[in-house]
Amino acid sequence: MPTEFKLPELGENIAAGDVVRILVAPGDTVAKDQAVLELETDKATIEVPSSVSGTVKEIRIKQGDKVKVGQVVLTVEEGGASPTVARRKSAKSGEAAADANAGGDKSSSQPAGAPDEGGLSQEASGSKNAERKDPDNVKADAGARGEEDDENAAAQKPKRGEVVDINRGARPPQPSAAHADGGPPAAAQDAPAAPAAPSVRRLARELGVEIGRVPGSGPEGRVSPDDVHAYVRSAMSTTTGGGRAASAGGATLPDFSRWGELERKPMSNIRRKTAEHLTHAWNAIPHVTQHDKADITNLEALRTQYGPQAERAGGKLTITAIALKIAAAALRRFPQFNASLDEASNEIVYKKNVHVGVAADTERGLLVPVIRDVDRKGIFELAAELAKASEKARAGKLSLDEMQGGGFTITNLGGIGGTSFTPIVNWPEVAILGISRGSYEPVWHSANGKGEEDGEFHPRLMLPLSLSYDHRVIDGADAARFLRWVADAFEQPFLLSL
Amino acid sequence: MPSATPQVVVIGAGPGGYAAAFYAADRGMQVTLVDPEPNPGGVCLYRGCIPSKALLHVAKVVNEASHAKEWGVTFGPPAIDIEKVRSFKNTVVTQLTGGVGQVAKLRKITYIQGYAAFRDPHTLEITRVDAKRTDALAFEHAIIATGSRPATIPGLSIDSPRVMDSTTALDLPDVPKTLLVVGGGYIGLELGSVYAAMGTTVTVVEMTDGLLPGADRDLVNILAKRIESICETVLLQTKVVGMKEAGSGVAVTFEGESGRREQTFDRVLVSIGRRPNSAVPGLDRTKVQVSARGFIEVDPGRRTAEPSIYAIGDVVGEPMLAHKASHEGRVAVDAIAGERAAFEPLAIPAVVFTDPEIAWCGLTEAEARTQKRAVTVARFPWAASGRAITLDRVDGVTKLILHPDTGRILGVGIAGPGAGELISEGVLAIEMGANADDLRQCIHPHPTLSETLMESAEVFFGQATHVYRPKRR
Repeated sequence: MPTEFKLPELGENIAAGDVVRILVAPGDTVAKDQAVLELETDKATIEVPSSVSGTVKEIRIKQGDKVKVGQVVLTVEEGGASPTVARRKSAKSGEAAADANAGGDKSSSQPAGAPDEGGLSQEASGSKNAERKDPDNVKADAGARGEEDDENAAAQKPKRGEVVDINRGARPPQPSAAHADGGPPAAAQDAPAAPAAPSVRRLARELGVEIGRVPGSGPEGRVSPDDVHAYVRSAMSTTTGGGRAASAGGATLPDFSRWGELERKPMSNIRRKTAEHLTHAWNAIPHVTQHDKADITNLEALRTQYGPQAERAGGKLTITAIALKIAAAALRRFPQFNASLDEASNEIVYKKNVHVGVAADTERGLLVPVIRDVDRKGIFELAAELAKASEKARAGKLSLDEMQGGGFTITNLGGIGGTSFTPIVNWPEVAILGISRGSYEPVWHSANGKGEEDGEFHPRLMLPLSLSYDHRVIDGADAARFLRWVADAFEQPFLLSL
Repeated sequence: MPSATPQVVVIGAGPGGYAAAFYAADRGMQVTLVDPEPNPGGVCLYRGCIPSKALLHVAKVVNEASHAKEWGVTFGPPAIDIEKVRSFKNTVVTQLTGGVGQVAKLRKITYIQGYAAFRDPHTLEITRVDAKRTDALAFEHAIIATGSRPATIPGLSIDSPRVMDSTTALDLPDVPKTLLVVGGGYIGLELGSVYAAMGTTVTVVEMTDGLLPGADRDLVNILAKRIESICETVLLQTKVVGMKEAGSGVAVTFEGESGRREQTFDRVLVSIGRRPNSAVPGLDRTKVQVSARGFIEVDPGRRTAEPSIYAIGDVVGEPMLAHKASHEGRVAVDAIAGERAAFEPLAIPAVVFTDPEIAWCGLTEAEARTQKRAVTVARFPWAASGRAITLDRVDGVTKLILHPDTGRILGVGIAGPGAGELISEGVLAIEMGANADDLRQCIHPHPTLSETLMESAEVFFGQATHVYRPKRR
């Protein structure tokens, strides 16, 4: 029975693309991960790898078509055949394939050269062969690898627009990531070894990079730590995507030296990336900022009381940690704040999981680690996770994965000061909560909290909150309600448990 | 809610288990180590690598003493006091296991001498060796490191003290007149060599057509010559089809190309491999998966299908080697600590501690052939090594298996005395992605056997100092 190959997720915010070229024809055999389609999206031209293998039976699309994620591209008759299709050839891909062969064969779960078991033989001496990968498949893998390296080559010399790393969306996560989900036994990794020292391989793993994709600058393509860092930087600048570099319309700067001495420094990669990202967000999103204040006098008492318990759990019961918990509840109640606008399809994408980014101020610049499934975690767990994430951010150990996939962002400048500010929405999210420094203010009112005025001013600890939002998706009234709800939750944290 | 110090329980205190436990403790985790023996060590220290190497050292001295005749020094035939040999070996074991036990204490590891069973994915039932009752032990993470045991021949092994496995053979019950070693793998050859040096007439029987299946033939042939000289007979492509006790011996029936025949031996050593100890009681109360071959299935971080449980060492797969287990132990602990750890060695060294030793790592020539991978093999015969000549051991060889174009070192194979020590340089070269040029540019001390690695790299370029073998154009 033929299997359908549907257009897979290609990356953040890519829902569809125009078919530039079809790389296979009916009757061809395709291998898994072989490129079958060249697709042009708003952001990039992408080669789409097949997730199935077999003989192509039917191609359901044609050049020029607009194809959506999930649409059937082609069907294959499954049957393990080796790929015979002529692939896009270039000098680079040939070289890469040769390199791929150079690696130790890691295709079987047993490393090359491992001795056969114990004393052996009287029984079952053939059983090992069953586990060993057949050479044809090994070659196919090597070929596929060549193809991937080709993408890398393309990534460095972009042709049409930017080329994004399709590995992110279109393929399953690296095996190293798999176990983070508690996912069971990963299959043997079908990749020849990259020429990189164990310490470099570990570095790549920790940064969430597949070492085999990193172009090595050393002799015979040996990969250095710098190569890994450079690869991450280039991947980040292509994945965060979107806008052109920040610029004031290309206007030239005046000659500042006329007024005094100068020093020029290149923008760091994080700085450049932040600039591009925020320029895009600012340009793309009609921003409005709503301000409010929450009375956290009571909360502060609780915070002091439960602080030691949080510390025992490995975290700190900060306002940010509490804000995370509150935001999670608010986002469940107001799902339009945990959404994205898909301009291509005129759809609003609502996210069922509550992943919240927390802006972290580091020596190297602004980083936003994302805390996953915030709604399913207790406050102490969140506090511990937040502490760990900020530590990682400061140590420069956050992986790309750990900074992606957020649905909402919190930025707390209260530790530094300020009475309010207007944060920029972290596109493609639609809202961001800014927190400034809490301070005692005279509040006229309801000392007993029931709204009965006693005719006096009371010193209350007031926390300023600023919610910026995408006015295309969120109406002003909803934003006011959302922020009021958040403020209420700060004032009466027990509401959260209701 | 996670507590600040995650608790790790390691089941099995072999070289995988205790390495994992120690490393976890060093990383600040609270660790409990469970094993039936009084001290950590496992098969490796108690009845494997360590005692066998002590005995092989004795064998080596015996052999060298007799070899010394050729150099003008003649010793009398050795008088072997088996009691004393055994006690030397036992002292080695006691010293090492005791030492490891001390180090465990210093690390504040809770060592429980007992057995563990799973009650659920977060609780063990611990039965102490010295107590009847069973205690529950809650844990955050468990590492299963239960190792392996000698395999038996189904339907053939008989329950006789004369039929030994590696464990009983290492106990050195006596020096039998005749010994049959069933299985020509490394365990059989190592122990066979020990008994041969003590004066036993040894016969080796192997089902396949060569000793040490899996190792490259050019290396094995060097050893095979030696084995044939110290053994009565080496029977290849021969199966043991029957065993029965016959008076003061064991009558063994062989079936080979020349038909069936029977022969009686004083003792038989069955060394046909090892089986994983994956039948941990209560494992069915967890999501841990065990493969058809009996190995616990794990991901690259050595985590099983049950998120709280990891497994390492012999129980997760081949090769069943102590150093592979120790490395996996560290990987598992890193994974538990939340790192993206993965077991991804490019080269696991294998060493056969016979005389001469055989060692290899990375890609073998045989594997390159089956995988149809183009490789260049650069061979340096020890006949051209000054050091080998001074040792009067020119039967060795060092070879590199290289990528034909880049010269990247993919595999290393060595046969000769000390090969086990020499192979580490090969592992380093492979793991670092070194090529032949790197290896030849590193200055090696003269006169040593390690020069053979440098010179084999020179052979790749057709420029070895001590071998004239110009590169074919």
